[in-house]
This record gives sequence, structure tokens and C-alpha cells, in this order.
Amino acid sequence: MSETVRDGAPPPPRGRLRTVAARFARHRPAMAGLAALAALVLFAFAGPLLWTWDHTVSGEIPSSAPPGPEHPLGTTSAGNDVLGQLMRGMQQTLKVAFTVTVLATVVGSVWGAVAGYFRGWVDAVLMRAVDVLLIVPLLVVVAAVGGNVRGGTTWYGVALVIAAFAWTPISRVVRGVVLSLREQEFVEAARAAGASHARIVFRHLLPNAAGPIIVAATLLIAVAILVEAAMSFLGFGIQAPDVSLGLMVQHAKTAAFTRPWLFYPPGLAIVLIALVINFIGDGLRDALDPRQAMVRS
Amino acid sequence: MLVFVIRRLLVTVPVLLAASMFSFALIDVTGDPLADLLVQQPPPSQEVIQAERERLYLDRPAYERYWLWLTGIGGNGDIGLLQGEFGPSVQGPAFDVGAEVAARMGVTLRLVAAAVLLALGLAVATGVVSAMRQYSVVDHTLTFIGFLALAMPTFWLGALIKEAGVWANGQLGTTVFSTIGASAADTRGMDLWERIADAGGHLVLPTVALMLTGYAAWSRYQRTAMLEVLNSDYVRLAHAKGLRRRTVMRRHALRTALIPLTSVAAVTIAEILAGTVLIETVFQWRGMGTLLVEAVRTSDAYVLMGWLMLAGTLVVLANLAADLLYGVLDPRIRYE
Repeated sequence: MSETVRDGAPPPPRGRLRTVAARFARHRPAMAGLAALAALVLFAFAGPLLWTWDHTVSGEIPSSAPPGPEHPLGTTSAGNDVLGQLMRGMQQTLKVAFTVTVLATVVGSVWGAVAGYFRGWVDAVLMRAVDVLLIVPLLVVVAAVGGNVRGGTTWYGVALVIAAFAWTPISRVVRGVVLSLREQEFVEAARAAGASHARIVFRHLLPNAAGPIIVAATLLIAVAILVEAAMSFLGFGIQAPDVSLGLMVQHAKTAAFTRPWLFYPPGLAIVLIALVINFIGDGLRDALDPRQAMVRS
Repeated sequence: MLVFVIRRLLVTVPVLLAASMFSFALIDVTGDPLADLLVQQPPPSQEVIQAERERLYLDRPAYERYWLWLTGIGGNGDIGLLQGEFGPSVQGPAFDVGAEVAARMGVTLRLVAAAVLLALGLAVATGVVSAMRQYSVVDHTLTFIGFLALAMPTFWLGALIKEAGVWANGQLGTTVFSTIGASAADTRGMDLWERIADAGGHLVLPTVALMLTGYAAWSRYQRTAMLEVLNSDYVRLAHAKGLRRRTVMRRHALRTALIPLTSVAAVTIAEILAGTVLIETVFQWRGMGTLLVEAVRTSDAYVLMGWLMLAGTLVVLANLAADLLYGVLDPRIRYE
């Protein structure tokens, strides 16, 4: 493990947060990304409250209408409003992605921290388990497990299945950081003061590993979005009558040149969300973890 | 070297075994291979269900079934991974999983190989150009393309490329781009060269779509690695010695800058395998990717298991290949 933490070993000095925030604010793509993400979240969650149509079929909606004043993004052949579908789809996709990220980050961080802190056989057992989970591609195992479940899958079920396999990279990152942190004086001091193992892991090690964890978690959001979309596209994720961005692409997959208003909105929405999150992740990496910066000055 | 390879392979055996137990349990818990049969109309008789259950060995407890799946001892000769048998399929007794996998594997490996080679070539080229002209317009453009590629859903891009091919064919009035299947529907009467040309033609669009997965990650790593090397003392020394710029770049800088890429490439192979599932679905190939989709849809437990094991083995081999490549690229690494 080559990840080392250089600046933040002892409990973060006062003002570190401000330094990081200032460094992040100077990263223009990341700031633009943050603003765009806020707008997208607002669109997905507040939009449906304001817009006339939801994602379901309605008899009042004309079939296969191109974009017009009544339906700004057109309608499907079954009679759905595409704008309503897009809002709902983004909402479902974002809910899955954020749930996956929270669950996977918590599990992965604790797993990696315990392995790195105790070392020895605990480390060996925990990290071999990670090797086992990492051996099959994420999308494949998630599709195999998620699609195998008969009957409809809710967004929460999809999130649980993805999270169950997506936490392993985070555990590797955290283990690497903790391996170097545990050798430092402040951990020794805590141990000498009689702190329990749990206290050292949760109060001393994990907070000091926050930088790499936040960066890895941000990038995981984008991965989760792409995996969820791919799962729904294959028909193993969120099921009709509910919609997700992947499912919308699935329904419109041959419409790119015949009815483009069905094909482009969901696809571009996925690209936009993932792009924006990657920009934020990049900015966070530069701000929190300068040595890992992709762009060197 | 040989000892190193053997030792590495031996270490992965328990990992693969553990992965197989885990997946077997998971697939067993989540899906019922008899589900499609049970909802058939008119309902099948009790005898039919019982016979199917016995044929799929579902009358035995899960742990016994796992052992049977692995070794084939006590089965009807159609099961046992170590004997080269994948097990019975829900598609019926006539469906030979091994033959099906063999036929589909070649098609998929063709696609994966083409995509990996194209992605590696492009990633190295653009990564090096980006690093040599850091912060130029070219660099910024390439970086943005990399970001875009990283955010691009493979299946959406694949569908777009496919429809673009269909549209272009319609505009030109002839079939320039093949958009369906891995080869022409009827290859009888073609000689070897025609077959190769036919398969190559069908490969073009899916390869472009699949390539992007690898390219996105690799080009960015290549740029970072190259920048690091270009700013190092030994490259400055090489320049100072008066070596030609091209020699320095190729012999000194690029060789070292390829080392990080090899390890990343091995990891990304797994993602490209996942990408074939999507791309084969979009382009309607009969490859391993669509085999997985069909197996999941029908809860075909043994086919799923075989698929996961093959994918796992491929990932393990890719990692091993990366480790061996280190030795070639970095003379400081020795395998004892």
C-alpha cells in the first residue's frame, strides 16, 4: 500500500478545514460541478412537485409526440411525459447512488481500519475476504444476484445489492492509510492513556483518514450511478412502472435517430451527473490529498 | 520466474475456491431454477417437476450440491467443474453448457482483445502527448475527453453508435457498417479470408463502444505517470548528456511511465468484461455477455456459476500477466 498521509497525522490542527475549503474553492471545475450537482438534485427532487405530469402513463398524454409547449421533452408511445419520467428517473438513480455510497463507505472504512489497525491474522482474514469479493467484476456479480431475485426490485433493494459488493475498494484505501497512521505518536499516546481499541479506531484513526475516504466515496457515487443504470438497462434493476435512467435508455435504445427526444435526455442525464461528480471528486482530491493530485502544478 | 508463476497461481486457488462457495450460496439463496417451470401454463404435472428437480440435482441439500458441482462425484456425468463439466442447464438436457461456452468464448475474447489493444494504444499515445504538452489546448481537450469518457454509460454510447451505423447505412443505401451479430447470418460458402473480413467488419462498431471504458481510465494514468517521469532527474540527465529527444522519450521516459499502466490495465480488464455484457446486448452478439444475461433471466444456476468462475479466472490471469510485465519493464524487479 503506497498511500501515505503526510500532512494530517496528528488530530487535524485548527483551520485545516478552512485550508481545504479554500483549496477546493480555487478548483474551478469542482466548484462548477458542485453548483451543477445542487441544481440537478433540486431538479430531481423538487421538480416533480412543481411539474404537472409524473412518470406514469396517462390517458390525457398524446402518444409519441415530439417536444412542444405542453410536453417540453415530448412523450413516449405508451403515453408518458418524458420530462416527468426524467425527473423521477434521476431521483431514483440519485437515491440509489447516495444510499450505496453511504453504506459502502461505512462498511468499507470500518473493515479497512480494523484490518490495518490489528494487522496479523485479522488483517489477513479481512483482506482475503476483500480479494474474494473483488475477483468477479462488480456489474456482473450485481446483475447475477440482483437479476436472480424474482419479482420487482425496489430502488432500495438495488442499492443494497450494489452496496454489498461496492465497498471493497474503499476498505483497501482505508487499510493503507491506517497502516501508516497507527505507527504515529498520537496513536501511541492514546494507547498509553488507556484508550480502548474501539476508541482508537473510531476517534483517532478514522477521522484522520477522512481525506482519502471522502475522495474515494465521491468517486464511488459516479461508479454507483453507472452500475445502477447498466443494471436497469439489462432489466435487472428498477422495474416498470417505476423508472430509472437506465430503464429509459433501455426503452429508447433504437430511437436515437427516429425519436431522439426519448434517447438523449436519460443518456445525457447519466453523463452529466457522473461528469459533475467526477469533477467534484477531483477537486476534493486536490484539496485533501495534494500528493495524489491528477493535475500537477 | 517459473517458480514465481506457480506460487502465484497456487495462492489464487483458495481465493477462487472461496469465491466459488460464496457465489454458489448467493445464487442458491436468491434464485430458484424451477421458477419458470412452476409458472408454466398449463401447470406441469407433479412428475415432470420432480424429474426436473432431480435432473438439476435440486433434490439434494445445497452443500452436497456444491461438492457435486465442484467434483462431479456422485452425479450423472454432466456435472463437476474439475472434470470439465459445467452442470445441467434449465434449458433442457440437450443444452450442452460446455459446448455453448466454447462457442461463445471465442467471439467474446475477439471483442475484448480488439478493445483492449485499441484502448491501450490510444491511451498511451494521448497520455504521452498530454504530458509533453502539459496545459496546452491539446492537453485540456484530451483531459476533458477523458473525463467525458469516464462518465459515459457504455450501453448508451453503444446504442448511439449502433443507431449511427444503421442511419449511415440508410443514407448510403448499402450496408457499410454491420450492426447486428458477431458475423453474417449465413457464413456458408465463404472462404477463410471472407470469413475473417466478415468478422472484422462486425467487430468495428462494438469495439469502438467498448474501448472507451479502458481508454478513459488508462489515458489519465498514462498522463500522470509520464508527467512524473518527465520531471525526474534521470530524464534531465539524459537530455543533458545530449541524447536525442526521441531516444530520451522512447527509451528512457516511456518505458518507465508504462509501469503504473500495467497494474491499472489488469484491474480494468474486469470492467471491460462487464462492458462486454452491455455491448453484446446492444449489438445482439451471441457471446459470453449475452449468455450471462440469459442465464440470469432463467435463473440458470450452473451456467451462472460457470460464468463467474471463468470471469474470475480471467481476472486472476490478467493480474498475473501484469506482474510479469513489471519485470520486463522495470529491470529492478526480479522474481526469485
